[in-house]
Amino acid sequence: MISKRIEQLGGVFLLPVAIAALAFVLIGAPASWVTLTIAGLSMGMMIFLMASGLSLVFGLMDVLNFGHSAFVSFGAFIAASVLTWSAGWLTSDSIALNVLALMLAIMAAISFGLLAGWFFEVVIIKPVYHDHLRQILITMGALIISEQLILAIWGGTPLSVPRPEFLEGAVIWGDVSIEIYRVFAFLVGAVIYAGLYFLFKRTRIGLLIRAGVENREMVEALGYRINRLFLGVFVLGSALAALGGTMWAGYETLISPALGSEMMIVVFIVVIIGGLGSIEGTLLGALIVGLMGNYVGYLAPKLALASNMLIMMAILMWRPSGLKPAVK
Amino acid sequence: MEKTNGNLLVKGTVFLVWAILLFAPFLFQDVRSTEVAARILVFIVLVSSYDLLIGYTGIVSFAHTMFFGLGAYGTAIALKTMGPSWSAVILGALIGLGISLVIALAVGLLSLRVKAIFFAMITLAVASVALVMASQLSGLTGGEDGITYRPPSIFKPAAKLLTDENGKVLRIFGVKMNGKIAAYYFVFFSSLILFCVMLRLVVSPIGSVLKAIRENEARAEAIGYRVVAYRTLVFCAAAAFASLIGSVYAVWLKYTGPDTVLSFAIMIDILLMVVIGGMGTMWGAVIGVVMMTLAQYYLRDLMGVVADATHNLPIVPELFDPDRWLLWLGLCFILLVYFFPTGIAGRLMAKGEPA
Repeated sequence: MISKRIEQLGGVFLLPVAIAALAFVLIGAPASWVTLTIAGLSMGMMIFLMASGLSLVFGLMDVLNFGHSAFVSFGAFIAASVLTWSAGWLTSDSIALNVLALMLAIMAAISFGLLAGWFFEVVIIKPVYHDHLRQILITMGALIISEQLILAIWGGTPLSVPRPEFLEGAVIWGDVSIEIYRVFAFLVGAVIYAGLYFLFKRTRIGLLIRAGVENREMVEALGYRINRLFLGVFVLGSALAALGGTMWAGYETLISPALGSEMMIVVFIVVIIGGLGSIEGTLLGALIVGLMGNYVGYLAPKLALASNMLIMMAILMWRPSGLKPAVK
Repeated sequence: MEKTNGNLLVKGTVFLVWAILLFAPFLFQDVRSTEVAARILVFIVLVSSYDLLIGYTGIVSFAHTMFFGLGAYGTAIALKTMGPSWSAVILGALIGLGISLVIALAVGLLSLRVKAIFFAMITLAVASVALVMASQLSGLTGGEDGITYRPPSIFKPAAKLLTDENGKVLRIFGVKMNGKIAAYYFVFFSSLILFCVMLRLVVSPIGSVLKAIRENEARAEAIGYRVVAYRTLVFCAAAAFASLIGSVYAVWLKYTGPDTVLSFAIMIDILLMVVIGGMGTMWGAVIGVVMMTLAQYYLRDLMGVVADATHNLPIVPELFDPDRWLLWLGLCFILLVYFFPTGIAGRLMAKGEPA
C-alpha cells in the first residue's frame, strides 16, 4: 500500500528529495543547507553532462567506453585555452563580449567533441563491437594515449581557467550566498536535459534510439541502419562530455591533466547507480552523487569519496541493475 | 597445442628468464640491475595472478593493485610498529592476506553476478576508494609520503651471511654475501614458489572449469558448475597471490607508499604486461613482464635520443620526450589488441599448430 503510494509520487525519483530532507535535519543550519543543496544540484548537472553519453552508448550498442573521460578532459583544456586566448573580452565591461568569449569556448569544446567522437567511434570502437574484453582494453589504451597527449600539449602543470566577468561572484540573500556560476551550470545542465528529453520522447530519431536500446535486432530487421544511429549517439555523447568538461573547468578554475581520470570514477558510479541506457537514470544518479558529495563533504569531509562508494554498494544490493535501467 | 615448436620456444624462453633471474646478482653486479631483476620477479607473480582472472575467466578487475597494496601495507605497518622481526613480517602478511580475502569475497559475491563490464567499473571504483583511504588515513599509512621501516636483521646490508677466515664478508665471484643477496633470494624463491603454485592451479581440474567458464558460461552452468562460486574463488585466489607478493615487495623495498604499490599507474602496467605477453597462458605473463620492465627502463633512453635529434621541429620533441613513453606504449597496446589479441606467447604457441 505504502509502496504503491510512493510509486505514484515518483518512485525512485524521490530519492534525491529524501536525501536533501535528511541532510536538512542533520545539518541543522538552513542557510548552509541551501548553499550546499545548490552546489550539489549544479555539480550533479555537470556530472550528468559527462555521464549521459557513456550511459546511452552502452545502452544502445553494449559498448562501454573507458576512454569517455578523455573527452571530458580535452573539452576542459580546449575551453581553458580558448578562454585564456580571449581573456581581453572576458574582463571587458560589455556583457556581449563576455558571452561571445564564453560561447566561443563552448563551441570549440563541442566541435572537438563531435570530431573526436566521430574519429573514436570509427577508428577505435568499430573493430571491436560485441567483444567486451577487447573493448575495455582498447578504450583503456585510448585513454592512456589521450592523457599523454594532454600532457604533451599542455604540460603537466595545472592550468588556470579565467571565468567571464558576469559569472563571477555570488548573490547574497539573507544568510544564504549563492555562487552565480553554480546557478549557470545548473541551468545549462537543465536545458540540455530538457533537450535530450525532447529528443528522446518526442522525435522520430529518439523513438528509434529507444527502440534500439530495447531490441537492436528488431530495429535492424525493420530496415533502419542502427550503426549510423549509434554513430550519431556516440558523437552526441562525446560532445556532451566535452561540454561537461568545459563547465567543470569553469567551476574548478584550476585544472590538471588528472581531471579526466578523477571524473571517470564519479561518472562510472553515476552510471551504475542510475542504470545503463537511460537519461532519466543518469540524471537521478548524478543528482544523488552531487548532493551526497556536498552534504558529506560538509558533515564528514574524510568520507566524501567513500560515501559515493557506499551508496553505490547499497543501491546495487537493492537494485542490481541500477535505479532506472533502460536495458532489461 | 602441446608439442608445437612455438610452445617449446615460449617455455624455453621462460625457463631462460628464470635461469637469468636466478643468477642475476652475479651476472649484473650493479645496484640498478638488481632492482630491475627484483621488480621483474615481483611483477611476474602479480601479473600471472592477474592472468588467472583476465585470461582464465575473462573477468576484468581494476582492483588488483588494491590487494597488492593491502599485502604491502600490512607488512609495512607491522614492521613499523613491531620492529624488524620475522614475526612482524608474517603477522603483517597474514593480516594483509586476511583483509584482501574478505574484501575479495565481498566484492566477488556482490558483483560477480553482474555483467563483466559492470564488474570492471565496480572494481575501478573500489580501487580508487582504497587509494584515497591510503592517503587519508595518514596516521596508519603515512599518507602520500608512505612508510619507511627496517627489514628483519638478516636482510640488512650490513648482515654477514658467510664469512671468510678473517671474519669478513665472503665474496663469491666478486659478489658480497651480505643481506642484499639474502633479500634478493628471498624475493626470488617467494616468487618462484608462488608462480609454480599458480601453474599447478591452472592445470588442475579447477583450471579446466575456469577455462570452460571463459569459453561458454551458459554451457558450464548447464553442465552443473556454479559459475558465481568458481568466479568468486578465482577472484579470491588472485587477490591472495597479489597480497602475498605485495608483502614480499614491501620487505624488499623497505618502503611502502601509494606510488609504489597502490597507484593506478601500476594497474595500467599490469594490464599492459598481461596483454602484451598473452592472456590465458601464465607463460605469457613472464614474457610480458620482462619486455615491459626492460622497455620502461630502456625505451626512455631511446626516446631521449630521438627528442634530442629532432629538437628543432615543432611538436615532435614533446611527443618523444622520455616522460611520454606511455604514449607510445599505449599505441603499441592498441595495435596489439587489434592484430595480436592473444599476445606474444599466444601467437607463438599457436604457430605450427594444425589448424
